[in-house]
Amino acid sequence: MKTVYQKSAGLTDIPMHYCPGCTHGIIHKLVAETLVELDMLSKTIAVASVGCSVFAYEYFNCDAQEAAHGRAPAVATGTKRVLPENVVFTYQGDGDLASIGMAEIVHAAMRGENITVIFVNNAIYGMTGGQMAPTTLVGQRTTTSPYGRSRVGQGSPLHISEMLATIDGSAYIARVSVHNIPRLNAAKRSIKKAFQMQLENKGFSLVEVLSTCPTNWGLTPVEALRWLEQTMIPVNPLGVYKDIEGGA
Amino acid sequence: MAKMLMKGNEAIAAAAINAGCRFFFGYPITPQNEIPEYMARELPKVGGTYVQAESELAAINMIYGAAGAGARVMTSSSSPGISLMQEGISYIAGAELPCVIVNVVRAGPGLGGIQPAQSDYFQATKGGGHGDYHLLVLAPANLQEAVDLMEKAFDLADKYRNPVMILADGVIGQIMEPVEITPYQPYPDLPPKNWATTGTAHSGGRRRIINSLFLNPDELEQHIQAIYQKYAEMEKHEVRYEMYHCDQAEMMIVAYGTTSRIVRSAIEKCDRLGIQVGLLRPITLYPFPYKAFEQVIDQAKAFLAVEMSMGQMLEDVKIAVAGRKPVNFYGRTGGNIPMPDEIVRKVQDILGGRSA
Repeated sequence: MKTVYQKSAGLTDIPMHYCPGCTHGIIHKLVAETLVELDMLSKTIAVASVGCSVFAYEYFNCDAQEAAHGRAPAVATGTKRVLPENVVFTYQGDGDLASIGMAEIVHAAMRGENITVIFVNNAIYGMTGGQMAPTTLVGQRTTTSPYGRSRVGQGSPLHISEMLATIDGSAYIARVSVHNIPRLNAAKRSIKKAFQMQLENKGFSLVEVLSTCPTNWGLTPVEALRWLEQTMIPVNPLGVYKDIEGGA
Repeated sequence: MAKMLMKGNEAIAAAAINAGCRFFFGYPITPQNEIPEYMARELPKVGGTYVQAESELAAINMIYGAAGAGARVMTSSSSPGISLMQEGISYIAGAELPCVIVNVVRAGPGLGGIQPAQSDYFQATKGGGHGDYHLLVLAPANLQEAVDLMEKAFDLADKYRNPVMILADGVIGQIMEPVEITPYQPYPDLPPKNWATTGTAHSGGRRRIINSLFLNPDELEQHIQAIYQKYAEMEKHEVRYEMYHCDQAEMMIVAYGTTSRIVRSAIEKCDRLGIQVGLLRPITLYPFPYKAFEQVIDQAKAFLAVEMSMGQMLEDVKIAVAGRKPVNFYGRTGGNIPMPDEIVRKVQDILGGRSA
């Protein structure tokens, strides 16, 4: 019998705690495969954040630090400055990065910190039970926007990739999705590109990955993928927003 | 090296570099700006790295990341900035990372003022952030001592894998005194940093994780108990204090940092008045030198805590004296500094209005 597919060596054997239909597991896999393909796994330090992916340090088969809520880019800055030859990446959700950690992500990009950020955007606070995030769509119902997010008083979703692309220090910024196989493959290419930028000392790289939260969206896994494609993507267009090598 | 006339903040920074600190992350705030300025100027010359963070929150988390990667690392700030760092300090203590934090204390609460104070004693010695933890807290009273303690602070941080705070009031940061910075000798037998995340290529494939999250209460309890074992070791081995002029003392003054220097002047004045007063000067504020009080508890008629605060160390003095003798307090706050004559008058009042 021939092995045609197996779990990436970049992931540990610890069972993941993610809900059925959540795409965190897929995104973990893409990052892990990338680190293995670049032959950098044993030189990588992952920085986990606070949110559903808080246990990322259990799943990536490399050294890891668990950061305080929103502070992963600052922690990664400290680590990368000490270990410039190593790969340092943060794995952050939208509550962590786009709300409480806004200053840290903007200034890491401003300094052109040579780190890679995997930004998982599912438009909601997952771990705490489905509260409104800065990325929540207008009209989207969450436990803290029970009547739907209102443009007045609660505002409109932040567009992190577009925003960070305006900062001189950012080298590569892309928004991708994993809701179908072609998109998943494109996401993998973006993630690999981001890490390659770091290996080439090009500066700050970030890949925003649109992700599902069937549990807190109140949808089945299949419905969640459809909602991502039909409702999230029109508000958050996919694409490369910055590529200092000329790709955008 | 010969003695040099240096400003306190610069002496502290120079001592840190001498002790092998090569990474500094900080944010400007008065009255400690000469520390980051010195680091920004001098660290690149020795292959080190200075990063001006976007906030104290970011700075202390950069410390977390750099310490987690095994570097000798420090930050400095002053009271309102140290308040902002408390979240990160709690994580650093929880993840057992060594680092040195300098607090050049200014008066508070709130934005307060920029003049010297000792009103961050509770925050420094009793935890400061959330959860069960302590910093090892060192309080220099002059610049040579600040230099010496700064170097020791890095060793103590490494020895115990615990953050160490230099609690220096604004006077220590801003005065100029002659200091001598001699070639640094690290503690022998410092443990290897075989926990630092430097990539599994360095650790034979064994993953290392820097973390303070333990969802299982039994695991978290064990983790905290292990940290408290280190505090028990600190209490045994690291308590530092100075006893001055105690032989005939009928009154013991307890004071640290700049205040202890003013108390020395008050003691000389008392001497001339025929009043025998001694000084117990804690150098480690945590662990506090409770046992040192036993040396004078019988002879002293009373104790007097003198602070630039409304009475914070006072509580530790009361714990040490344990009701056996009266404990009095004299303090100035808000950036005001107690004068020797004020302290002498307080001593006279306590001892029964003896005339000058």
